[in-house]
Amino acid sequence: MELKTFENLVRNRPQGSPAENGEKEKPVKAPTKVETKNLDFFYGPLQALFNISMSMPERSVTALIGPSGCGKSTYLRTLNRMNDIVEGTTLTGEVLVDSESIYDPRVDVVELRKKVGMVFQKSNPFPKSIFDNIAFGPRIGGMRNKSQLEEIVVRSLQQAALWDEVKDRLNSSALALSGGQQQRLCIARTLATSPEVILMDEPASALDPASTSRIEDLIFELKKDYTIIIVTHNMQQAARVSDFTAFFFQGRLIEFGATESLFTTPKEKQTEDYITGRFG
Amino acid sequence: MSDNATYQHRLRRRHMASRIFAGICLLSTWFGLFVLVVLLTGLTLKATGIWDPTGPDTQLETRNWLTMTFLTEHMSRKPEQSGMIAGVWGSLWLMLMTGFFSIPIGVGAAVYLEEYSKPNRFTRFIRLNIANLAGVPSIVFGILGLTVFSRMFGLFADGAVRGIPLGIGVLYIPLPFGKTLLSGSLTLSLLILPIVIIASQEALRSVPQSIRHAALALGATKWQTIWHQVLPASLPGIMTGVILALSRAIGETAPLIVIGAATYIRFNPGGMERVTDYFTTPQTLLSVPSSQFTAMPLQIYEWVSHQPNPEFKNVAAAAIVVLLAILLLMNGLAVYIRHHFSKRLDW
Repeated sequence: MELKTFENLVRNRPQGSPAENGEKEKPVKAPTKVETKNLDFFYGPLQALFNISMSMPERSVTALIGPSGCGKSTYLRTLNRMNDIVEGTTLTGEVLVDSESIYDPRVDVVELRKKVGMVFQKSNPFPKSIFDNIAFGPRIGGMRNKSQLEEIVVRSLQQAALWDEVKDRLNSSALALSGGQQQRLCIARTLATSPEVILMDEPASALDPASTSRIEDLIFELKKDYTIIIVTHNMQQAARVSDFTAFFFQGRLIEFGATESLFTTPKEKQTEDYITGRFG
Repeated sequence: MSDNATYQHRLRRRHMASRIFAGICLLSTWFGLFVLVVLLTGLTLKATGIWDPTGPDTQLETRNWLTMTFLTEHMSRKPEQSGMIAGVWGSLWLMLMTGFFSIPIGVGAAVYLEEYSKPNRFTRFIRLNIANLAGVPSIVFGILGLTVFSRMFGLFADGAVRGIPLGIGVLYIPLPFGKTLLSGSLTLSLLILPIVIIASQEALRSVPQSIRHAALALGATKWQTIWHQVLPASLPGIMTGVILALSRAIGETAPLIVIGAATYIRFNPGGMERVTDYFTTPQTLLSVPSSQFTAMPLQIYEWVSHQPNPEFKNVAAAAIVVLLAILLLMNGLAVYIRHHFSKRLDW
């Protein structure tokens, strides 16, 4: 029997939009890219996420906000199964990307992560040259053609707004770059694998204001082509860059909606308290 | 006011304690250095015949033993004609083959333990045993090597099986391995494996987790993550551990004596008497592993203990200087490799 890979599943997916589940409000008409249904998540006996159901539309930016330990990073990592690495975690409910369950045993996690890329809180370039950092993704996918690789490297660096700063030193170590440049390099590295969804876990939290603003501009540019889900501690940032915002508290999704309405007319008391700075 | 005086008094005492501690640490450092300097100068003076630290013996000829011919000649019954070339080649081959066996097995085991194994009772048991093996006396490994490699439990004692043919001419690997380089290097491999495994584990553990996450998040398989990112990043640490382990191996005497390696021998491994032989008759390379051999520490043992002529004590001193010089060279190489490869690895 042929092992069904993620791409196959995607190719064979039924046409038309998924059935409306009506549990949570659907703030937009754009097709849903990423969706979770009744998602519970456990670290051993400890439940970290409670019944999270929400859907994120294609080519939009969704910000996940909430106080430390509220489960927003855990939620983000369930979307490309990075939590699989942690021992003793369990998950119930469904995570759908393009309406296909990514926790289906037939899904190849390697292909999933190529499609759902991730940028981490602390920039983590490989201790190699700038070129090798970007080319790593395509190379492990089997690409050997040098001119093709060069093309991808250039395009990714341009997309990540880093090309002008590094074009003369592609062969020097990535660790010689500044913190902000390293983070943009990590974004470029993710772009090089041609993902459709990009998860960002507080990508600017360790950066100075100027670098932060560059990353935010970049996110704004990238949402034309990618679906972006970003965890942030910074509410101004959420308000600036995102189309939708989800407020997490103690492992529960308290409120999810269009960023503007959530920040101006929050429906829940807890949301209001948090965004007005009364706690968190 | 008196509070301040008490404080000042205590501060002086704290500074005093600080200086005393620094002094003790300095003394400890100098002690190690002092021992090494005494050893090296004493041996060098004795070997070059300038001065005998064990007291002058008027009956002995005073001459420089540390000559070029000492490095190029074979052992001899006459001290002035003795050389250690067979031991130098023997030790080099021993080191090469020990590395060949111990590096893949040691690094492989470390990768399994650090990257794949789940922390359960079984892996804890393995870890504990590896740490224990590192403390087993080398002579015990020698006895193990004698039983397993040299004699192979007596399985082939009847001589019915000559060995494993190599497919080229009459060359074959003898069964059991006997007193060959193969037995010696396998025994030394067992001896240093625990050190290689533990050093490699440390090196793998020092690679930040974020590197693994980055590679996995880009769609790398576990194998690609380890092979392309984790292993290269831990290479300096692994290499340092391997080289230090190998320099311990070339100083080992007891296990080689137990497996029956020769202490007095007048040919190089594989009969390669000149360096050019390695190029003119490369096929004889295959006979090196099944060749009898001696090693530098074995020669020193022979010259110190077996030879009746007291002048051999001076020959031994010269051999020790050569052995230490090669060890120093290796450790220098370890430092260089560490420095060279870790320049790019500044997390």
